[in-house]
Amino acid sequence: MIASTMREARLSVRSCGPLVSYQDGGRFGMMRFGVPHSGPMDSLAHAAAHAALGQPHDATAIEISMGGLEIVCESGSVTCGITGGGFHVVHSGTGAAPWCVRTLRAGDVLSVHPGSWGSWAYLAFAGELLCNRWGGRTSTHSPSGLGGGMLARGAEVVVRNPQVSEEREGDLPVPHLARARTIVRVVLGPQTAQFAPDATATLLRESFAVTSRYDRMGMRLAGPALHLRDALSIPSEPLVRGSVQVGGDGVASILLADHQTTGGYPKIATIVSSDIDGVAQLQPRDRVRFQSVSAGEGVLLARSHAESTRRYLGDIAVSRVTLDDRLMQENLISGVVASAEASTP
Amino acid sequence: MSGEAWPRFTPVADHALLVSFGDSISDETSSVVLGLDRALAEAPPPGIAECIPALVNLLIDFDPLVTDHEQVRAHVERLLRTPRRGTTNGQLREVEVCYDEDFAPDLEAVARAVGLSVDEVVGCHQQADYVVRMYGFAPGYAYLSGVPPEIQVPRKPSAVRDIAAGSVLIAGPQCLVSTLTMPTGWSIIGRSPTRILLPDDRAPFLFAVGDMVRFKQIDRSQYEARKLAERDDREHHA
Repeated sequence: MIASTMREARLSVRSCGPLVSYQDGGRFGMMRFGVPHSGPMDSLAHAAAHAALGQPHDATAIEISMGGLEIVCESGSVTCGITGGGFHVVHSGTGAAPWCVRTLRAGDVLSVHPGSWGSWAYLAFAGELLCNRWGGRTSTHSPSGLGGGMLARGAEVVVRNPQVSEEREGDLPVPHLARARTIVRVVLGPQTAQFAPDATATLLRESFAVTSRYDRMGMRLAGPALHLRDALSIPSEPLVRGSVQVGGDGVASILLADHQTTGGYPKIATIVSSDIDGVAQLQPRDRVRFQSVSAGEGVLLARSHAESTRRYLGDIAVSRVTLDDRLMQENLISGVVASAEASTP
Repeated sequence: MSGEAWPRFTPVADHALLVSFGDSISDETSSVVLGLDRALAEAPPPGIAECIPALVNLLIDFDPLVTDHEQVRAHVERLLRTPRRGTTNGQLREVEVCYDEDFAPDLEAVARAVGLSVDEVVGCHQQADYVVRMYGFAPGYAYLSGVPPEIQVPRKPSAVRDIAAGSVLIAGPQCLVSTLTMPTGWSIIGRSPTRILLPDDRAPFLFAVGDMVRFKQIDRSQYEARKLAERDDREHHA
């Protein structure tokens, strides 16, 4: 890794859709004060962008929505990681893989726009991305703008102590676990008792379409109505990311990163944490089916998902040069072993 | 609901447990919720990420790599064997309110609806004691119970957009002071210069759930003086 001769890299936003924001790993422990975790819509992709640069997974990155982003490097040089969904990535006129590591130099233009799948992409820089903090974190809470904030056309993006790591450049593998999820595992409840007897069966039997009413707070679905048992209202109670809440009209919505922390609509089911990133990567008009698992099965899914994630992030954190070296050494060693074995009577 | 056993434990996905103490709102139920909240803060079981108290229940969010629903439930059951109430340890917080007409677009309608004069509504509002029951909706939106029955009005049929931060709102028995410019369907009866979202990174909120709150009437010049002091303070720190 080579420290760039300049202490800062400066970039400017040439074009930018809505809901492009700064996000670190999330703001935890403040739900009791009305503050959801926020953070990346797809935490695996966000972590991967940093892992590929060999830096802490919860550092700040730019989250890119389906509105896309085009950014120009004005001064300095910096290596960056791009991940998330199947976006179109173009680096100074040349197409790149949707998940890759590139180095931006003064005059370079990087554009990231939505492709065949995925709703959120991440752009992480080797170095420290400068932006506002709130409650100690940079994650942007989109309804209020608290945190690092939204990016807009003309905004300046500053990376302190930018690094150029040519040995890390190249394409990244897109793991199966980073794909959009069309079969979504849920634990039923906590308010199944508030629904008509057939509502749970309808939820698990039918498919639901993602609508364009989709932002960082949640995703409204279209599908058969899930009827409430009666007009009974429940006292406002705590919500989590992944709550499937049903309004008085019988329409289901999935609550996501910037959800309200309490609410009075009943929740028919709650998506398990291992499937949340994959749900967030669905695009409007994609269809999903819900599959019920027990709470205990949900815990096991969380544990195996964490293990797969850890392994994947560990693999891409090894720089390509180091990896090539290691593979070559292993070849040499196994070659030696092989010849030693061959000469052994 | 008769015949139902409380508390009720309901798993929420793979990472949370909802502990409910009733299905209708009462001060008694709320104080049991806050009692458990405090007991968990003093003796947190391993793997607990955070607790979110609400009106009739408490959500315990945990790390499923460390613990599970059964272990958390067993811990809560042990804590509940020592019954306690939660509201008495709260701090008393004072919130200043200016009830001037342009800050209180719904004050007259509230007065008309309950058959009192505007001054009587203001008097009622600031003589009552309030308790922070939960947060919700947006960062720093603290739901206070304690609006006197004499001035209770229902929510409006539809929300009004872009209501200024610091607005003092009421609906039914609940009152809150908004912290951000947001829509609301509640009645706007005043404006407060008291900051609820604080600049302090470690403790950015004025209230904790369980705190007691009193409102104190101030006039326009006091309101302006508070806002000016806040602006100077912010520039000083910038």
